[in-house]
Amino acid sequence: MNKIAQLLQNNKKQILESWMQNQLADASLRDDLISNEELRRQSDELISGLARATSSGNMDNIYTPEYEPVVEILSDISITRARQGFSPRETGMYVLSLKQAISTVLEEKYSEQPEVLYKELITTHKLLDNLSMVTFDTFIKGREEVILRQTDEINEISTPVIRVWEGILALPIIGTLDSARTQIVMENLLEEIVNTGSSIAILDISGVPAVDSLVAQHLIKTVSATRLMGAECIISGIRAEIAQTIVHLGIDLSNIKTKASLASALQLAFSMRSVEVRKINKNTGFSLTR
Amino acid sequence: MDRIPILKMGPFLLVTIQVDLYDRLALNLENDLISMVSKTGARGVLIDISAVSIVDSFMGRILGNIASMSRIMDAETVVVGMQPAVAITLVELGLTLQGVYTALDVEKGMELLRDKIGVMNDPEEDEEEPDDSND
Amino acid sequence: MILKKTRRSLMIVMTKDTMQIVREQDVVPFRNRVRELSTKIGMSLVNQTKLITAASELVRNMLKYANGGKVMLETVSKNAQSGIRLIFMDQGPGITNVQQAMQDGFSTGKSLGLGLPGAKRLVNEFDINSIPGEGTTVTIIHWKHGR
Ligand SMILES: Nc1ncnc2c1ncn2[C@@H]1O[C@H](COP(=O)(O)OP(=O)(O)OP(=O)(O)O)[C@@H](O)[C@H]1O
Ligand SMILES: [Mg+2]
Repeated sequence: MNKIAQLLQNNKKQILESWMQNQLADASLRDDLISNEELRRQSDELISGLARATSSGNMDNIYTPEYEPVVEILSDISITRARQGFSPRETGMYVLSLKQAISTVLEEKYSEQPEVLYKELITTHKLLDNLSMVTFDTFIKGREEVILRQTDEINEISTPVIRVWEGILALPIIGTLDSARTQIVMENLLEEIVNTGSSIAILDISGVPAVDSLVAQHLIKTVSATRLMGAECIISGIRAEIAQTIVHLGIDLSNIKTKASLASALQLAFSMRSVEVRKINKNTGFSLTR
Repeated sequence: MDRIPILKMGPFLLVTIQVDLYDRLALNLENDLISMVSKTGARGVLIDISAVSIVDSFMGRILGNIASMSRIMDAETVVVGMQPAVAITLVELGLTLQGVYTALDVEKGMELLRDKIGVMNDPEEDEEEPDDSND
Repeated sequence: MILKKTRRSLMIVMTKDTMQIVREQDVVPFRNRVRELSTKIGMSLVNQTKLITAASELVRNMLKYANGGKVMLETVSKNAQSGIRLIFMDQGPGITNVQQAMQDGFSTGKSLGLGLPGAKRLVNEFDINSIPGEGTTVTIIHWKHGR
């Protein structure tokens, strides 16, 4: 059996203690985020896994079946830490401080044999460096997941469908309209059309910073889907510069009802529903009659 | 079951599709509807697809065909009750059912048909929704 | 580079199933089977509808141009996300110009020519491989969250 595997097995307790001390000594470790016992349990599991993996003799390729459990544990820890809001440093320190712990024990054991010590130290460092790459990989993946989820949430809350009048929905779109967002806008809008039995939807794009051909395509898709359901779409909030780009890009919106402001779109919607809006002369208020 | 029942309601024909159509059934429906339009002189066809969960290009083409053929025989076709998921999918597929009128439900579809036919019967009367049809 | 090698990035096939498609009556049961599988992995209704519609286009092509074939239905998992992979295999005449067949509106069957390009737009991953005289294989994957 090779020396490192042996060391990991025979000196497990010592390594674990030293490793735990290294981790806890690290001023940055957030004990508000993880308990000592939890940390000890994970660390214990990892050393055992590493002992089993290294006993195969393979010390450099961690993408083999014998390393699967180790990689698995490391990935889990990194993903969990990413989700819990640990910094990359805190996450990376986990496996890097094990390097230090094993090195210390190696040094004690082979202080009389500098050649062996040198060789084993190099092997250990290489192996643990490889494993730390796994940590960073999965850490980043974990953060990406968090970002994706947050994007979804933002998309969800930033596309409200408002019932402005019986049979008339309004949907103010704020921010860029990419394909994921369009999907959510469409789903929300169509669901609401079914729920409320509305036959007119106003898509207000005053809050959309720029309309390029892709955004226009997304708008056209939304309008088409609304029509298929049996409702009409009006696009409002078309600013001068948007009108210009639309024409310059050669985008055809001639089949779509467009209005400059939400107010005029609403007026159109009212007339389509045969609702009349007029002022009452004795008051400043106005009344809506059907 | 090889045929979908067609109901006559006044000047209109109503078809409610309740099963997943396989091709034979869809083609039969096309034939049956067209011959019913011709036999009864119906002025409108309502196709309720609220129970249909999948419309692919084949099914979409049948709906389009029914509309075009009926129109030649002076009847308008309204497809009603398309599910949101189906609408989103059809748009992505690239099929927007040009020439087919749509409505949210049977009741609104009837209204739309009455509107269309009313306009055609009485050319004096002003169309109140100029060209807001779905074609 | 490393991402490719880690276990988490490998695609794992979790279940596997084959269906023969020889007549048009096979289309509906096939679609139901896809519905079942995608429901099982918790796919949203809109994504299910997109996947099934794409699948429907592809089996129709198989029936219309190749006299049928078979479909492999798999639930797969990659990066902790599950999805459905469908492989449509036929031994029909094949497609001489795949690029052309993938264009909107191209049809040798006097049809709309929407099946292939539309199916590609509906799913997350699409791959077509056709050898004239030997047959056509189309592989599609749709992930649970549709991306
Ligand atoms: N499995 C297949 N074997 C041989 N040729 C095929 C196959 N699938 C498609 N093709 C060829 O590719 C063309 C385009 O296919 P596509 O599905 O896009 O359109 P279509 O089937 O002609 O019309 P639609 O699907 O809109 O009814 C077909 O017309 C046919 O020539
Ligand atoms: Mg086709």
